[in-house]
Amino acid sequence: MTPELFITRHNALIDPFVHVWSWQIPVYLFLGGWVAGNMILTGYFMLGGRHTRRSPLLSALPGLGLVLLSLGMLALFLDLEHKRYVWRLYTTFQWTSPMSWGSWILLLVYPVLVLTWMVRPPIVLEDLSQTVERVSRHLQADRHVVRAIGISSMVIGVALGVYTGILLSSLGARPLWNSGILGVLFLASGVSAAAAFAHLVTHSPDERALTVRIDNVVLASELGILALFLLGHLAGSAAQAEAARLFLGGPYTAPFWVLVVGLGIAIPLVIQVLAARHLVQHTPIAPIMVMLGGLALRWVMVSAGQFSHWAHGAMRIH
Amino acid sequence: MARYGMAIDTRLCVGCMDCVVACKTENRVPEGLNRDWIAYETVGTFPTLHQEIRSERCNHCDNPPCVTCCPTGASHVDEVGRLVLVTHEACIGCKACLASCPYDARFVHPDGYADKCTFCEHRVKEGLQPACVAVCPTRCFTFGDLDDPHSAVSRALASRRAHPLAPAAGTRPRIFYLD
Repeated sequence: MTPELFITRHNALIDPFVHVWSWQIPVYLFLGGWVAGNMILTGYFMLGGRHTRRSPLLSALPGLGLVLLSLGMLALFLDLEHKRYVWRLYTTFQWTSPMSWGSWILLLVYPVLVLTWMVRPPIVLEDLSQTVERVSRHLQADRHVVRAIGISSMVIGVALGVYTGILLSSLGARPLWNSGILGVLFLASGVSAAAAFAHLVTHSPDERALTVRIDNVVLASELGILALFLLGHLAGSAAQAEAARLFLGGPYTAPFWVLVVGLGIAIPLVIQVLAARHLVQHTPIAPIMVMLGGLALRWVMVSAGQFSHWAHGAMRIH
Repeated sequence: MARYGMAIDTRLCVGCMDCVVACKTENRVPEGLNRDWIAYETVGTFPTLHQEIRSERCNHCDNPPCVTCCPTGASHVDEVGRLVLVTHEACIGCKACLASCPYDARFVHPDGYADKCTFCEHRVKEGLQPACVAVCPTRCFTFGDLDDPHSAVSRALASRRAHPLAPAAGTRPRIFYLD
């Protein structure tokens, strides 16, 4: 018999279940993941020698990353309840707090994005400023420098992507988030969103073929990671198993399976596999679905995670 | 250094909410928000039902996730009694501590910072009992130093079986409910 729990408390944002994070955090996590994916792809392209020739993607992704990261940080700022003390993040480093790690990682991301952008800046930027053109020429001349920037971009990108998941998984009070797999899942989803966007905007057939291949591998991996995530929870504590059931017959079943798994991963994966084999044409539909699926993944995880609770074994009545 | 904790006798608590009112008055807790509350947990199948009435609040855990997740150090373990407290001027209102608490004991104060029970730190420093303990008409609370084997709370816990809330969460709470 399930215990019945009646609580006299009615605290805002807490009762009847925790809902402290609204749209700002999923948007921040999605944009952060996308930037992470951009950085990993940019680093990969640079290590592959694409900086030696005009690469529309290499010129676009880091600049886009700067904009997306700033928007993400704006969303995070909007979520803060005590905004005038935001500077406190940068007067300390709390090594046990993923959010503290994240705030310092974000500071590292900006200079790395600027450096990668300078290796192969857009033509418009080179035309506007001779300094940009000169810096770019100097950077390209030394392959060791380019390699170092490419590796930095990939390393910081991985750190940023993993951080967006660990931010949630470190909060053990919410059993759904209590899995390190979230770090890998959000990293994969970020790379997938970046590859999908690259696929969407590039006009180069070569780059389109490459980004579709990358995206397909990552999307297939995401399905495997999601399966491991659910299996890990079902084999875990009673609270974790109950949290997993939010997606397996519980109130988040439809958004998870339809928006995240179906429309966000499986269907675009099928379309893109067919496109990669030249059985159907490349269209914007699949990459747009992948990107919206990435946003849905964060939305569902943040929302369902807050709903999961150690005391949900008892039927809560407020 | 003391390690303050509480034992609450579930056989004596009648859920009168005097502790709730005393806390709101003593700590000027804003309208609509509570630092402590009453929980009624009913188990069993009719007609063999058992109900436990509990006065609940922040557990001032020995392993407080709200402190480890705080990005600014605003949530901290105080030297006095190892109480878990919040420095209002260092809190950015990120709400990670609210999400990290398995007891949902924290809330956002209308001024923007995270707020919760302090075990009436200001009273305890003057040698007084927390307001909820002082007003309880059934004397169901015992407050004191858990590290002192001669303290009233240690003796209460040695005399009866007791359980903390959500021990599986691993936070090592310092409030115990006497069975």
